[in-house]
Amino acid sequence: MANASAATYQRVYVWELPVRFYHWVNALCVVVLIATGYLIGNPQSIFYASEAYQQYWFGTVRFIHFVTAFVFFFMFLVRIYWGFVGNAFARWTNFIPYKRAQVEEIGEVLKVDVLQTKLRGDISLGHNSLAGFIYFLSFLAFLFQSTTGFALYSSMSNALLPQMFRWIVPLMGGEFRVRQWHHAMMWFFILFAIVHVYLVFYHDYIEGRGTTSSMVGGWKFLRRSDHD
Amino acid sequence: MNSSSPSIWQIMKSKGYSRREFLQFCSYAAVAAGLANSHLNAVVQAFEKKPRPPVVWLHFQECTCCSESFIRSSHPIVADVLLDLISLDYTETLQAAAGFQAEKCLNDTIKKYPGQYILLVEGSVPVKNDGVYCCIAGKTAEDILQESAKDAAAVIAWGSCASNGCIQAASPNPTGATPVHELINKPVINVPGCPPIADVMTGVVTHVLVLGHGPELDNQGRPKEFYSRRVHDTCYRRAYYDAGLFVEMWDDEKARKGYCLYKMGCRGPVTYNACSVTKWNGGVSYPIQSGHGCIGCSEAGFWDNEPFYQHLASFPGFGIESTADKIGTTLGIGALIGVGAHAVTTNIRKHKLIEEERKGTTDDSTTRETTAGQD
Repeated sequence: MANASAATYQRVYVWELPVRFYHWVNALCVVVLIATGYLIGNPQSIFYASEAYQQYWFGTVRFIHFVTAFVFFFMFLVRIYWGFVGNAFARWTNFIPYKRAQVEEIGEVLKVDVLQTKLRGDISLGHNSLAGFIYFLSFLAFLFQSTTGFALYSSMSNALLPQMFRWIVPLMGGEFRVRQWHHAMMWFFILFAIVHVYLVFYHDYIEGRGTTSSMVGGWKFLRRSDHD
Repeated sequence: MNSSSPSIWQIMKSKGYSRREFLQFCSYAAVAAGLANSHLNAVVQAFEKKPRPPVVWLHFQECTCCSESFIRSSHPIVADVLLDLISLDYTETLQAAAGFQAEKCLNDTIKKYPGQYILLVEGSVPVKNDGVYCCIAGKTAEDILQESAKDAAAVIAWGSCASNGCIQAASPNPTGATPVHELINKPVINVPGCPPIADVMTGVVTHVLVLGHGPELDNQGRPKEFYSRRVHDTCYRRAYYDAGLFVEMWDDEKARKGYCLYKMGCRGPVTYNACSVTKWNGGVSYPIQSGHGCIGCSEAGFWDNEPFYQHLASFPGFGIESTADKIGTTLGIGALIGVGAHAVTTNIRKHKLIEEERKGTTDDSTTRETTAGQD
């Protein structure tokens, strides 16, 4: 208790508004896309009471999936843009471990997360290097899901954007395979969500710097004594 | 065989067809080739004046279902005229000649009409082990194809075998079965399907005969007029799909009501063909209308997308019954258990830490509490 009162904390504005906005819109999009996508792959036997002309629920589910996908895609582009103009914590350099220090931090965080060793010193205040790298992999998953999704959508739309991805269909060996991989990749997002949410709570506890609330308010807390 | 090369009109006349029947045939041919009314004159002129082109029809690794389909073309005159009147100089299935005589026909056509004859190929070409798996008259299929394709005016690949390899190219593809367009340096018109629809086949041939060039192709070499839309897009059961009314089991109430076969593995949503428009056997029916889902026979690699009665194929490397969903669910549950176990050990450690911190600061806090109590 005495220690706690003695330590002073510095507030650092880590997540700017566009980053936080992107995070939550993206989270919402992913939840909606998984729910509707799962239903499209495995339509459930609901509403069997009426005739075909009286309902359109499956069409509506697909419509929500497509609209959300467009939001997801354009928000993704905005986030990439922000990786070049945003603050130091939002920079694209956080996501690719190209420096020795980043690689070392990945090892350190792996030890802390998997072997549950005690955290030595401080890890990066923004994304830690392991998290950053996982986000980079998930950006690749975003890209894969967007391109295969638009490739599938191109048979239903003459709009420019989906037509730009038409070439993916023969490349992947037909629309069936594209659909298969698009569906399988959904599970990456589900697994990601489980691990991501848990690790946020875990790091909130081991770091004690307000990891969870930082995505709401944008502030993280730096222990002064560590840096003096 | 046809050194004089009479036109189609001349031959029809000699067979006893009237001018009226000839014009009817022309308009039918124009429709089959997807031409507008204003192009009818071009068709009439082509059939009146142009010498009919010689045709070579090669058979490699196939089951002859394409030929069988072709001779069942719904319009009798089309079947009659195209089969009888296009100068089919060489085709293993239907030719009268045999042995050396037959091979001579092929060689003569290639030499006599360079740049004029139309080459139709049925079946895939095996390329493994120097092509020993398919030899005709002592030559490999690939050699025959290369020789015949060199001076052909147009090359049409009949069926899925010639367009994408079909069943012979299915994993593990023991003979190295290869589609035609991957072997020759020429534009190939792919007419996939196992077999292709007879009316589509006559339509494509008519297009080449009438206009002297192939129809417009998509990025997979298929004529847009027949393969630009999915079976799903023009399916008469589409309304049930949008309404979310699906057959759940063969012979359930929903199957009897004719609901959508999506959950029974229908490949209509991922298959490009004209089945639900032209239908089969003279417009009688097509698979979905007969209560069976589409198996996607005109799509590349459709044999590897098994099982046909499941919406998702089994996942490669995980056994027959495994779909992406089953694997994903297992991984998801695994992740939840892992995260749960992690949380338990974390909390045990956290408890210890709090305990230690409490012990380490006991003196201070006791003092403070005592003081507070006294006040």
